[in-house]
Amino acid sequence: MSKNETPILEVKELGIDFGGLTAVNDLDLAIYNKEIVGLIGPNGAGKTTVFNLLTKVYKPTRGTIFFDGKDTAGKTVVDINKAGIARTFQNIRLFNNLTVLDNVRTAYHNNIRYSPVEAVLRLPGYYAKEREIEGKSRELLEIMELGEYADVTAGNLPYGAQRRLEIARAMATEPKLLLLDEPAAGMNPQETEDLMRMIRFVRDHFQIAVLLIEHDMQLVMGICERIYVLNYGMLLAQGLPAEIQANPEVIKAYLGD
Amino acid sequence: MRFLSNLVTGLGLGSVYAIIALGYTMVYGIAKMLNFAHGDVIMVGAYIAFFALTKFGLPLIPGILVAVVGCTVLGVVVERLAYKPLRQASSLSVLITAIGVSYFLQNGAQLLWSASPKMFPAIISTGTLNIGGLSIAYLTLLTIATCIVVMVCLTLFINKTKTGSAMRACSEDKGAAQLMGINVNRIISLTFAIGSGLAAIAAVLLCANYPTVTPTLGSMPGIKAFTAAVFGGIGSIPGALLGGLLLGIIEILSKAYISTQLSDVIVFGVLIVILLVKPTGLLGKKLSEKV
Amino acid sequence: MKKENKGIIGYLFNNRHRSRTISYGMVIIAYLILEAMLRTGNLSNLFLGLLVPATCYLVAAIGLNLNVGVSGELNLGQAGFMAVGAFSGVCVSGVLAGSVPAIPRLIIAIIVGTILTALIGFLIGIPVLKLQGDYLAIVTLAFGQIVMNLIMNLYVGLDSSGLKFSFVQANFTLGEGGKFLINGPMGATGTERIATFTAGVILVIIALVIVYNLIYSRSGRAIMAARDNRIAAESIGIDIAKTKMMAFVISAALAGAAGALYGLNYSTMVASKFDYNTSILILVYVVLGGLGNFNGTLIATVVLFLLPQLLRGLQDYRMLIYAIILIVIMLVTNNELLKTKVASLRGRKQKAKA
Repeated sequence: MSKNETPILEVKELGIDFGGLTAVNDLDLAIYNKEIVGLIGPNGAGKTTVFNLLTKVYKPTRGTIFFDGKDTAGKTVVDINKAGIARTFQNIRLFNNLTVLDNVRTAYHNNIRYSPVEAVLRLPGYYAKEREIEGKSRELLEIMELGEYADVTAGNLPYGAQRRLEIARAMATEPKLLLLDEPAAGMNPQETEDLMRMIRFVRDHFQIAVLLIEHDMQLVMGICERIYVLNYGMLLAQGLPAEIQANPEVIKAYLGD
Repeated sequence: MRFLSNLVTGLGLGSVYAIIALGYTMVYGIAKMLNFAHGDVIMVGAYIAFFALTKFGLPLIPGILVAVVGCTVLGVVVERLAYKPLRQASSLSVLITAIGVSYFLQNGAQLLWSASPKMFPAIISTGTLNIGGLSIAYLTLLTIATCIVVMVCLTLFINKTKTGSAMRACSEDKGAAQLMGINVNRIISLTFAIGSGLAAIAAVLLCANYPTVTPTLGSMPGIKAFTAAVFGGIGSIPGALLGGLLLGIIEILSKAYISTQLSDVIVFGVLIVILLVKPTGLLGKKLSEKV
Repeated sequence: MKKENKGIIGYLFNNRHRSRTISYGMVIIAYLILEAMLRTGNLSNLFLGLLVPATCYLVAAIGLNLNVGVSGELNLGQAGFMAVGAFSGVCVSGVLAGSVPAIPRLIIAIIVGTILTALIGFLIGIPVLKLQGDYLAIVTLAFGQIVMNLIMNLYVGLDSSGLKFSFVQANFTLGEGGKFLINGPMGATGTERIATFTAGVILVIIALVIVYNLIYSRSGRAIMAARDNRIAAESIGIDIAKTKMMAFVISAALAGAAGALYGLNYSTMVASKFDYNTSILILVYVVLGGLGNFNGTLIATVVLFLLPQLLRGLQDYRMLIYAIILIVIMLVTNNELLKTKVASLRGRKQKAKA
């Protein structure tokens, strides 16, 4: 990563108020291609709010978000995904009644298209596109080590597998930037270890940038190349993992006053 | 002047809708279910009052009391037998069960009392009160007054008594209410009891105004009152009052000035417009989902 | 890669195809049996009159299940869409009578009814689909009532100067030799009955093909994703309003087709036939058959449609018994305690047999 390069995501002076309460304020972020960046901070620091701002679930009160060189003002959640940002959720949000494979297939909605008429009349386009969708979906399932679960209903998956399925589904939208909201929450050390390997593989294989929120410091320090620390909705520190670990401000924020 | 008198008539009809809407809104607020059979409880109340007043020759007040007791018992029994076993089921299953109860009550009434309409007796003198050229039927005044009394009593009960605050707690969060030692099942039962008792009062007022008693008499007022409850924000008691009154006024005014046949179109049209502007009704709480 | 079953039997009965194979099979076998009985004169008159209406309810219920089961939006106005189809179908047939033979006229009437209903479904869907949950349900009920009431006040007639319509009786006059196609509250009268059982069965099959092929496709997955988790569906780029609208419009269009066939099965038809009670009746078929389960819809619709007729011997008690059966089914299938009790009873019986 050279600093001359333009960032894929550039956030300037971002802020949002809920009623009279400022949840996020004066936030500057820059994520470059193919980076894995951590966003950490104590509970209630506003990390998930930042994700919701980046994906337009919330409209920012102040500031700008540039993605891939373009201003995202006025875009919707759907537009943002089409532009190339995909995310997972802290409280898992799968399509619980669909199979694991269908969860991933669904996410090819915008990238491999055919019309409802082709589907209803079962025209040749339908078969060709469906084969392509299935092939790519199974490939993603293999990468996230979910191949054996392909025909299981998503709601019946073990917890760790549900988190991995969310990543597979997000990747099926073929993003340039992947936002992971506590991907290792509830996982044991072995599962976390495996997850780190998968995240690195996804980044290398698909050449994308990753921004992740995480409380598990083993994962954050082991995988992130840079880290942003958020406290009370404001940026407290940023830097390399080693710098963050040694930063007295960060230690104070985590341990409390 | 004609407009004013139409307005008062509308308020009278609206008062009946408001009392019925209370039953829908309270049950929705606490049990989170659309009680489709509520309109048929009104019908049963109308028959009980009819027989009490004509066959058994009871005076008005005892007659109404018999109907109130009858409907209360009916409401509680229906809740106990048909809805309580479905506390954990999907809301759609409960809705279908309520439809089954509605069919049951309508067809039961038809078997017991036949489909041929019965004439409800006049409950008060047919005279009118004249205030400066504006004449208002005593019946309309009585209807409006009853609605006011019911509203005041209910509001006091909900806000000032221990049981009332338990009801409010249940409507906020049943799980938490249970943890606080509130017997949620008893509160739901009580809600059905109150809603059904009010249905009996509404039945008498309805039949006093439109004196034909048939097994399906509850359907249309039921649907309208349900609309009124949604209109005002379902789950909200002041909302039921506001929705009921507005609905009555709109219905009477559109009958008077636009078209008798198309009054229902206008009533439902206004409902749609209101929900588009305020998606949870006039006084309803705003819903949002946390991401 | 998963092993694929080989051969036609394997294809028909692998997981993805089994349910639709059963659906098509049931419809075709039922048709062949009934048609054979019809030809040999083994069908009672009562039963004969029920064939076409049954297929109409089937098509409307299949459509409604797409909306309620697959898309997850409660719709209490399906009968309103049937009404649009019925009366537009009757008008089309009335206009074409004398110039087009019965079968092509039936097809044209159904197509026009379907398209018109789809259009109205789209217009109604714009406001309706902005709402959620119970509010959406009540608004569909309101629209159903509005449509019914409007048709009750609609006058359509045909005379030498062409097709005329009005919502006000007073200024509606027909010229020499003119005839009413829809006469306000009296509805459609003197309709030539051109609906046939075969047409109904074909319509059921078409409805099934549309719905199944849609579900196992990109659009169907998007509809189900939007049902299961709105926020997640948006996050992967699915336009919720568009997918919900697709399900709503197809559901309405199928109701319209069903309505057109229904309207052309009777010589007279009043709009009040399509009030909310009819909407609820169809909803009961769908819910009892199982949300999103189209085999269930087929069976539940036929059984529940015929049940009141089969109970006819019980005369006045039939609707009461129907109501009790409905309540008991809901209790038994939805209450955990009763469910286990029924299961244990069944277990005991099987043991006793063995």
